[in-house]
Amino acid sequence: MSTLNEHLRVLRFTLRHMLLTPNASLLNILIIGIALSLPVGGYVLLKSVQTLGAQVAGTPQISVFLASGTGEIDKIGDKLRQHPGIKRVEFVPRDTALKKLQQSTGLADVIGGLSQNPLPDAFVIYPKDGNAAALETLRDELKTWQHFEHVQLDSAWVHKLEALLDFGRMAVAILAALLSFALIAITFNTIRLQILTRREEIEVAKLIGATDSFIRRPFLYFGLTQGLLGGITAWLLVAASLQLLNHQIGTLTQLYASNFSLQHLSPVDSLTLLGFSAYLGWLGAWFSVSQHLWQIEPR
Amino acid sequence: MIKFNQVYKRYPGGHEALKNLSFDVAEGEMVYLTGHSGAGKSTLLKLIAAIERPSSGGVLVKGQNIRSIKPAAIPHLRRNIGLIFQDHKLLFDRNAFDNVMLPLQICGFDHRESAKRVRAALDKVGLLDREKANPVALSGGEQQRLCIARAIVNRPTILLADEPTGNLDTEYSNEIMNIFKSFHQIGVTLIISTHDESILLQFPARALHLKKGELQT
Repeated sequence: MSTLNEHLRVLRFTLRHMLLTPNASLLNILIIGIALSLPVGGYVLLKSVQTLGAQVAGTPQISVFLASGTGEIDKIGDKLRQHPGIKRVEFVPRDTALKKLQQSTGLADVIGGLSQNPLPDAFVIYPKDGNAAALETLRDELKTWQHFEHVQLDSAWVHKLEALLDFGRMAVAILAALLSFALIAITFNTIRLQILTRREEIEVAKLIGATDSFIRRPFLYFGLTQGLLGGITAWLLVAASLQLLNHQIGTLTQLYASNFSLQHLSPVDSLTLLGFSAYLGWLGAWFSVSQHLWQIEPR
Repeated sequence: MIKFNQVYKRYPGGHEALKNLSFDVAEGEMVYLTGHSGAGKSTLLKLIAAIERPSSGGVLVKGQNIRSIKPAAIPHLRRNIGLIFQDHKLLFDRNAFDNVMLPLQICGFDHRESAKRVRAALDKVGLLDREKANPVALSGGEQQRLCIARAIVNRPTILLADEPTGNLDTEYSNEIMNIFKSFHQIGVTLIISTHDESILLQFPARALHLKKGELQT
């Protein structure tokens, strides 16, 4: 008894069976592909945004605003530079800050109307350790220093982005779970119809000594193959969509002088997708076969 | 080989198909099962192939008790039994060759070895030149012979034939009976159900006569 030959035979049989009804098979594979491409696409977008966030937030800063009329600016600067948690310190005199504000925001008219400069002198501090907890400790320490009126950690938006991404991840996970059920249901129904149309064959096979696993095997292979082809379809759909989107993003990022682009699934993620879709197809077929096969007993 | 001991078969609703059957069939023996339609012939054959189970009493086939046989053991029992059906139960989605191939696929035989065996079986029933034909294109007698080829390709030790000559004229009947006779000669145990008493005269053997589910002596 050659098991490998038997499996190859069943696989050939399965593919031939799919080719016999090309329209129905294609439609099923397309439906599975589209269903899977939604969560996969969401995952890809999230991952790209996450990478972008990490790039931009790569250099967290702490801004320190001095109380007005503070002297000894050099002394404070030296003290900051000697702090072990600080990598680099930049002094922004209030006049420079005003000029920058005038240039960058188009508020020149409003600012020009002011009788005096309302801005304080400030230090921009680049810490050595970039993680959120270390930053907060440093901020709290700086708050206790003399002459510092306001200390601001410019990482709040990173937290907001992180929370937003968490929300997105949850949405994608729910979508993935729901559409996985859809995939199982589609396979379940396809296999149910196949069992019904091949009822006679199953009955005869049982009469001449077929084991349950022999009868089950072609259906499981069918589910597995259909799921796998659906997964490949999803991969291609996402790849094509990213191609289109990246074309659009190209013009957008040029304006922002960035080289951001959406990245397709990594090889590991791609294999996971294919494995997962094949497994779901197999699972749907298995449920269907267990549900319907016992109803067919030779009489 | 086959042993019935006080076998009853009742169907839901109270119909009693078989009543108190006791008989033995020895290894290599050829036995007829006669009686009118509805006398219980088909039910008896179904018990031997474990398609149905007796309501009470013991049915032993090759030492296995059909009443208590585990579902997982049934396929292996059936591989030792060649079944020939009155309605042939051929598959019309494949040609004659593939129909006969099915039992060997089920047993997981190597493809080349199987092909040889299939051709030998088709040759035996005189259908070697029709191997590419779809069963639909075959005559009633040819379909019956194809069914026989499928039943014997696995070289079973027991052959059960339910009305194998049922719808055939005398010439075809004799052809088929000659095929059975040749299996009997090589030691296969045969049970042939028939309502055609003329066959018994031409190919004499022990006959079990059923009437309303009971054995007549």
